[in-house]
Amino acid sequence: MNVEERPVGWWRAESIWTRLLSLDRRWIFLGIALAVLIPIITGLTLPLGKPAPPTVAVYDYIDALQPGDVVMFAVDYGPSSMPELHPQALAMVRHALEKHLRVLSVSLNVQGTALANDVLQTVGEELGAVDGEDYVNLGFKVGGSAVILGMGEDILTVYPTTADGRRTRTLPIMAGVRNYDDIALVIDLAASNIPGAWIAFAKERYDQDVALGITAIMATDFYPYLQSNQIIGLVNGLKGAAEYEALVGLEGEQAPGMLGMSAQSIAHLLIIVLVIVGNIAYFASGRQRVGH
Amino acid sequence: MRLQIPLAITFLIGLFMAVQFFVPHEVFQYSFESLLAWVRIVGAFALVLGIGSLLRTHWDKIRRRRRDWPYSIVTIVSFLAMCVIGIGFGHEPGTVFYWVFENIQVPLDATMFSLLAFFIASAAFRTFRARSTEATLLLVAAVVVMLGRVPSALIVSFGDTAVGHYLHANMPDVSEWIMNFPTVAGKRGIIFGVALGAIATALRVILGIERSHLGGGGGGGQ
Repeated sequence: MNVEERPVGWWRAESIWTRLLSLDRRWIFLGIALAVLIPIITGLTLPLGKPAPPTVAVYDYIDALQPGDVVMFAVDYGPSSMPELHPQALAMVRHALEKHLRVLSVSLNVQGTALANDVLQTVGEELGAVDGEDYVNLGFKVGGSAVILGMGEDILTVYPTTADGRRTRTLPIMAGVRNYDDIALVIDLAASNIPGAWIAFAKERYDQDVALGITAIMATDFYPYLQSNQIIGLVNGLKGAAEYEALVGLEGEQAPGMLGMSAQSIAHLLIIVLVIVGNIAYFASGRQRVGH
Repeated sequence: MRLQIPLAITFLIGLFMAVQFFVPHEVFQYSFESLLAWVRIVGAFALVLGIGSLLRTHWDKIRRRRRDWPYSIVTIVSFLAMCVIGIGFGHEPGTVFYWVFENIQVPLDATMFSLLAFFIASAAFRTFRARSTEATLLLVAAVVVMLGRVPSALIVSFGDTAVGHYLHANMPDVSEWIMNFPTVAGKRGIIFGVALGAIATALRVILGIERSHLGGGGGGGQ
């Protein structure tokens, strides 16, 4: 029935299902807002469940490294992906520094430099790690895959200075570090197709072990590389962050991923309910139309 | 000559990059490293060109009073302000540049992305329908994967019951199976297709058939 053909007071004659289908979307917006806000405000915590194998693989790999080994974090995300990727970065950097690994940070996303600073300084201060000895932020470099390839030859050529302008070769953390041969693991944290470049160039050309920390929506893109062993593991979205925090033994304010998971759980549940109700309403109203 | 020289450079460099991968000789290695440095330098120039393009586009919009032109003023003023602050006073933690990034750009960017949750929920309610067998499969798989991502939602749904705990323990495995097998099978097919397309495009560029990167519109094809 077209809108023009509807008699006066048509809405009175329509079923609850038809009216539900034309529900003002602002009610849905309100529902989502409440589903996110209430768990955060009340500090609701829900059981996380067992961690996914790809997350455990990353944790186990880092946990098996020896003090002094070098882990490179590629902070290739911007503020829009912070809710999912920043908790991952915080948990993994904490794990690495607690293990007394040397942490290098690079960024192929210009906004990643400041976010890497935030991660390194937050965790570094808490653990008493020293900038330049235990960790360093090399910063952003334009060039994408050329930067990845260049570091396979000589990191100091690609990054002659750090993000804050210090001479890279003078830093104690860089002692004995020339290229990927001296790096145990590269962890790319990204919300774009940059991980593909790390796999194609760092892994395939230089046989560098690579792990990924990605947003949940990207997981389908990178599971094939997990199965083919082109990446050693994958931390997937906010759930992955929460799982990693649980593996490291973090809780409270040190575990923003776990705090966010309650809100995400309720919001996902609401979306599932909306999909189910929407389908019931669609088919019920369809049968009525056929009946008329 | 304006066409032939770039085409010749593209052909030679493309050929060299393909060959050097298989030749570990130090001459090839040195040339490869030099080319990588060139790429980074060219990339830096591309950044400058991009900034120039951004400013020219928005300035043109303001000059011609096109739709939403006041936003272009905001873009240019913000850009120039950040340049002055960053270049003039540094961009390390503790500087004004860093403060602006943390307190203006981060919340704005996060807010824009957060809005997606509202639109996705609304779109899911309105359009995610089991209209066909394929759509039903997609819908069921999506619900299972979503529940696998947030297994605690099952405890909320079924309460502290045996069913709730059983689903809470096993739904992530079902979700992981969907991700590991049906999804990977489909995705791998797509990856192969994209890779073959990329190889074909690369060959067209190296052989000078595809010339759109040289400017002047359109590809080749003769």
